[in-house]
Amino acid sequence: MTTPGRISATPAARAAISRLRADRGAPVMFVQSGGCCAGSTPMCLPAGELVVGDGDVLLGEIDGCPFYIDDALDRAWHRGTHVLDVGPGEPEGFSLPAGHGLRFVTAPLPATERSTP
Amino acid sequence: MIYTPPGRPGSIVSVAPRYENFIGGKWLAPTEGHYRMDVSPVDGSDIAEVASSTPADVELALDAAHAAKDAWGGASTTERAAVLTAIADAITANAEMLAVAESWENGKPVRETLAADIPLLADHFRYFAAAIRAEEGRSTEVDSDLIAYHFREPLGVVGQIIPFNFPLLMAGWKLAPALAAGNCSVLKPASPTPWSVLKLAEVIENVVPPGVINIVNGPGAEIGKALAANPRIQKISFTGETVTGRLIMQYAAQNLIPSTLELGGKSPNIFFADVMDHDDAFLDKAIEGFVLFAFNKGEVCTAPSRALVHVDIYDEFMKRALARIATIREGDPLDTETQLGPQVSVQQLDKIASYVEIGRNEGAEVLIGGERATVAPELQGGNYFQPTVLKGDNQMRVFQEEIFGPVLAVTTFTDDADALAIANDTLYGLGAGVWTRDGNRAYRMGRGIKAGRVWTNCYHRYPAGAAFGGYKISGIGRENHQMMLDLYSQTKNLLVSYDDKPMGLF
Repeated sequence: MTTPGRISATPAARAAISRLRADRGAPVMFVQSGGCCAGSTPMCLPAGELVVGDGDVLLGEIDGCPFYIDDALDRAWHRGTHVLDVGPGEPEGFSLPAGHGLRFVTAPLPATERSTP
Repeated sequence: MIYTPPGRPGSIVSVAPRYENFIGGKWLAPTEGHYRMDVSPVDGSDIAEVASSTPADVELALDAAHAAKDAWGGASTTERAAVLTAIADAITANAEMLAVAESWENGKPVRETLAADIPLLADHFRYFAAAIRAEEGRSTEVDSDLIAYHFREPLGVVGQIIPFNFPLLMAGWKLAPALAAGNCSVLKPASPTPWSVLKLAEVIENVVPPGVINIVNGPGAEIGKALAANPRIQKISFTGETVTGRLIMQYAAQNLIPSTLELGGKSPNIFFADVMDHDDAFLDKAIEGFVLFAFNKGEVCTAPSRALVHVDIYDEFMKRALARIATIREGDPLDTETQLGPQVSVQQLDKIASYVEIGRNEGAEVLIGGERATVAPELQGGNYFQPTVLKGDNQMRVFQEEIFGPVLAVTTFTDDADALAIANDTLYGLGAGVWTRDGNRAYRMGRGIKAGRVWTNCYHRYPAGAAFGGYKISGIGRENHQMMLDLYSQTKNLLVSYDDKPMGLF
């Protein structure tokens, strides 16, 4: 399922992705997580690490790196538009860091920045 | 009383400058020599350096586990139960020290670790020591001369990845059944809480045979997959969020091994109108049950984070509940009077603040709290958030996603059917609470709610012997019960013929 254009990234997130790609020599993928502990954070994985199924929605790509969300979670989150950003602290789960002591975060796009439908 | 922070003069908890991995009964430096500073969420101060391991260290731990597995798996259940009991005794003998260490690293109030985490941890080992002794193989007389014997055999070496919210208790929930069933474990603690489990290892290292328990710390991206996808484990269990849960199952599928997952919840806590029929101890208990969303600062997979209150009692019930919430003592978790400590990490604190903002933007009304908490100057470096109640409706994101903080989303319902519909309108199904004076209603609701655990006229009780696990995307498998022995065992069937005659087919 593809609904491109519902994810954007801050300059800090783009810079982190660029560094990750350079360091690893390969692209990454993002999968929005839910549930306990580090739930609600996006997991940054080597591209192709998670086998994506029909129940995953592609929200868009950031510099060639896809961002997925589970369809049911997307529905619970009102099929919103999100911004990938970078925050302080180590990543959790199996996620790659966004740089030393940094992790990726997802935030809803502020209403003021949404284009009028 | 107020406990002195670990490592400082007068503390009952000693802290070494640096902690290595616990492998094969020894303390082994990480192969590449990297360490990470572990920080207390209480005031942001350093605790100790802890190993930041790489896949090579996971292999060392697996070597040690495999070297130990035949002797441990072959030990009699009497011998294994004796070791589990010795672990429990060691925990009990060091209960206060472990409670303070756990509180200092995780931020949970020491009144909770003293009363719940550590006693439950010790009891969990005692429970499985008893359970394995009471186990019996079964036999079936298929016919007069053909007998099916069933024996329980260990899986071998298991990988176990635990969360940060109950570092010691979750270690016990995973280790006790695995060890009882005769397996050796390689355990990976959560990145925010690598240390208290090592204090546990110090306490039990002389009573556990080398290699039976191995603990490797490090980043999930480095060593999580190295453990979970390793062909040398025979089972993987994990508690955490959904994407890592999917990865765990994917890796398990690649190696054709079983997995047990616990992935969180958004548990409804339902208060029927009859709780206010009398102003008595039961009503007081129900109000406490409502406020339990703040237990362990809301960092509980089963946190009662959605309250459903009957519309007829909403105003009066909430008046009492909010008054109780207003009295919550927040601050230094090493103070036995403190009821609400800091969130485990800056990451969690930021997430909680973000969700409250999401709630506000969706039109939820902040009934109390909603901001970072003001604490004593010496705690300014900690991660404190006010106990918060948001009023809204079940379609809001704050009702649908696990916030993992002291944030409660409250709404009303009109009748039993409405309550059940709201309760089940969630992706998750881990826990639920039902509060009523009507036993028939309690039973019907309990059976109707799609969740693995329905607390009835209580909440947040975790006794060994009560199965715990999720419906829907909250997970697969159960913990905390004798049935765990099945999840950590193979079944060996000997089908034996006592008949001298051939079958006559060839």
